[in-house]
Amino acid sequence: MFADKRRINVLLTLLFLCIAAYPAISQTSSSLTSITSAGQTERITRLEQAVTEAKSSADNSWMLVSSALVLMMTGPGLALFYGGLVRKKNVLATMMQSFALMAVITILWALVGYSLSFGTGNSFIGAFNHIFLRNVGLQPDADYSATIPQQTFMVYQLMFAIITPALITGAFAERMKFSAMVLFMILWSIVVYDPMAHMVWGKGGLLNAALGGRFPTLDFAGGTVVHVTSGVSALVCALYLGKRVGYPREPMPPHSVVLSFIGACLLWVGWFGFNAGSALAASPLATSAFVATHFGAAAAVVGWAGAEWLRNGKPSTLGAVSGAVAGLVAITPAAGFVSPMSALAIGLIAGVVCYLMVAQVKGRVGYDDSLDAFGVHGVGGTIGAILTGVFASRAINPIFKDAHGSATGLSIIDGNAGQLLNQFVGVVIGWLLAVVGTLVILKVVDLTIGLRVPEDHEIQGLDLSQHGEEGYNFEVSA
Amino acid sequence: MTKIEAVIQTSKLEAVKTALHEIGVEGMTVLEARGHGRQKGHTEFYRGREYTVDLIPKIKLEMVLADDMVERAVDAIVNAARTGQIGDGKIFLSKVDEAIRIRNQERGIAAL
Repeated sequence: MFADKRRINVLLTLLFLCIAAYPAISQTSSSLTSITSAGQTERITRLEQAVTEAKSSADNSWMLVSSALVLMMTGPGLALFYGGLVRKKNVLATMMQSFALMAVITILWALVGYSLSFGTGNSFIGAFNHIFLRNVGLQPDADYSATIPQQTFMVYQLMFAIITPALITGAFAERMKFSAMVLFMILWSIVVYDPMAHMVWGKGGLLNAALGGRFPTLDFAGGTVVHVTSGVSALVCALYLGKRVGYPREPMPPHSVVLSFIGACLLWVGWFGFNAGSALAASPLATSAFVATHFGAAAAVVGWAGAEWLRNGKPSTLGAVSGAVAGLVAITPAAGFVSPMSALAIGLIAGVVCYLMVAQVKGRVGYDDSLDAFGVHGVGGTIGAILTGVFASRAINPIFKDAHGSATGLSIIDGNAGQLLNQFVGVVIGWLLAVVGTLVILKVVDLTIGLRVPEDHEIQGLDLSQHGEEGYNFEVSA
Repeated sequence: MTKIEAVIQTSKLEAVKTALHEIGVEGMTVLEARGHGRQKGHTEFYRGREYTVDLIPKIKLEMVLADDMVERAVDAIVNAARTGQIGDGKIFLSKVDEAIRIRNQERGIAAL
C-alpha cells in the first residue's frame, strides 16, 4: 500500500517537473526560430569586426615596433656611427646634430611637415589639410594604410623625416655651426624632403607607384626620398662649405671605430623597421622585405670587405660595417620588390661600387665629404633605385595592375624594361631637387647667420666651442 | 743621486719592473708615452685612406737612485727590456741636485 503511494508520488513529481520544464524547453526552441535572421547577421557582423580589429592589432603592433626601430637608427645608431668617425674633440657635437633633429623635426612634422608630405595637394607637394595634425586621428586613412590608425602611419613616417636630414650631417662634420645646422635642416625638411616624400608616397604624387603617379617610381622604403636626396645634398654641402682645416694633409682618423661599429650594427637591426615596416602591415610582404634587407646587407659586407682585402691586403672593420650600410642603402628602394637572390646581387654591387667611390673617386676629385654621406647614401641610393628597375618582380609585389586587374611587369627581368626609365626619372628628380634646394638654402643661411665656425673654433673642436662640453673626461685628477 | 729615464717597449714593462724590484729598487714613476727613434711606424686604413702612424706607444720609467745602485739598475733594465730589434728603447742618466720626501721633509739619499 505504502509502496504504491510512493510510486504514485514519484510519478506525479516527475510529471510535474516535465510540465514545469516544458515552458523553458519550448522557450528555447521558439528562441532559435526567432534569432535565425536578425540575430545571426548581428553576430556575423560583430565577428567580422573582431577579425578586422585583430588584423589591425597585428599590423599596428608591428608598425609601432617598426617606428621605434627607425628612431633607434638615428639615436643612437647614426649618432654613434658618425660620432666614432670624427676626431675626439667633435664627438658630442656630431651626436648632438642627430639628436637635435630628433626633437626639431618632430615638432616641425607635427605642425606642418606631415601635411606637406602626405596631405592632399598636387603632384609636387601636399597641402595644409593636416596642419597641426588636424584629422590625423586613430581611424585608418585607406589610401595610405587601411589597417592601422593614421597616427601610427604619421609617426612612422616621422622617423624617416628625422633620419634623412641626419644623414646629411656627415658631409659637413667638424666644421658647421650648430645654429646654422638647425636652421638649414628646418628649411631643407620643408623644401626638399616634404616635396620628395609627397611625390613618391603622397596622394597624387608625380612619382607615386602605388597611387597612379605620372612617372611611377618603385621606391619601397625611400631609396630616392631618403638616400638620394640626403646623399646628393651632402655633396652640395661639402662642396659649398669647403674642406676642413688641414684636410687632406693632416691625418684625421676616426677617434673610435668601436663606437662606429656599435652604431652600424644598430643601423642594420633598425633597418628591418625601415624596410620591412614599409610594407605598412605585418604581412608576407613585410617578410619579403625583411629577408631582402638582411641579404642585401650581408652581400654588401662581402663586396666592400672583399674589394678592400684585394686592394689593401687587409679587410678593415670600418670597411666591413660601411659595406653593410651601403648594402642597406641600396636595398632600401628594392626591399619589397625583389627576390632574396636579387637582393644578394644588389648588395654585392653596392658594396663594391660604394667602396670604390669612397676609396678612389673621393680622393681623386678632392672634396671633403667627411663621413662619406654622398659616397654611401647618394651613390648607394642611386644604384639601388636603378637596380630596382632591373630586379623588381610582380611575383613579390603585384603593385602594377592592368585594366583587368592582372599584375603587370615591374622591371627588366619582369618583362617591363620601360620601368627603368621611370626609375631614372625618379632619381633625376631627386638629384635636381636636392641640388637646387640645398644650394638655395645654403645661400640663405650663409647670408643670414653664416654656416661655418671660425677657424680657431674648428681647431679647438666643436664640443667645446659650440656646446661647452668635452666628450671624455678621463683625467687623472681625483 | 742619479736620475734614470728609460724608454722601453710596452710589452716589457712587467719584466723590467720585476727585475728592478729584485735588485731592491723601491720607487719609480711609469708614464705612457708615444715616440720613435729610427723605428718606422705602421700604416692604418680608414675608409680607403692610408694613415702612417709614426708615433709608437712606449713606456717611460723614471727613477732617482743612489749612485752606487745605478749600474745594477741599468743592467737589470737592459736585460729585461732587450729583444734585439729596433724599437727596444733607450736609457738616459742625469745628475739630480736634490731629493725631498714630502711626508717628513727628509732630504738627500734618505729621501730616496
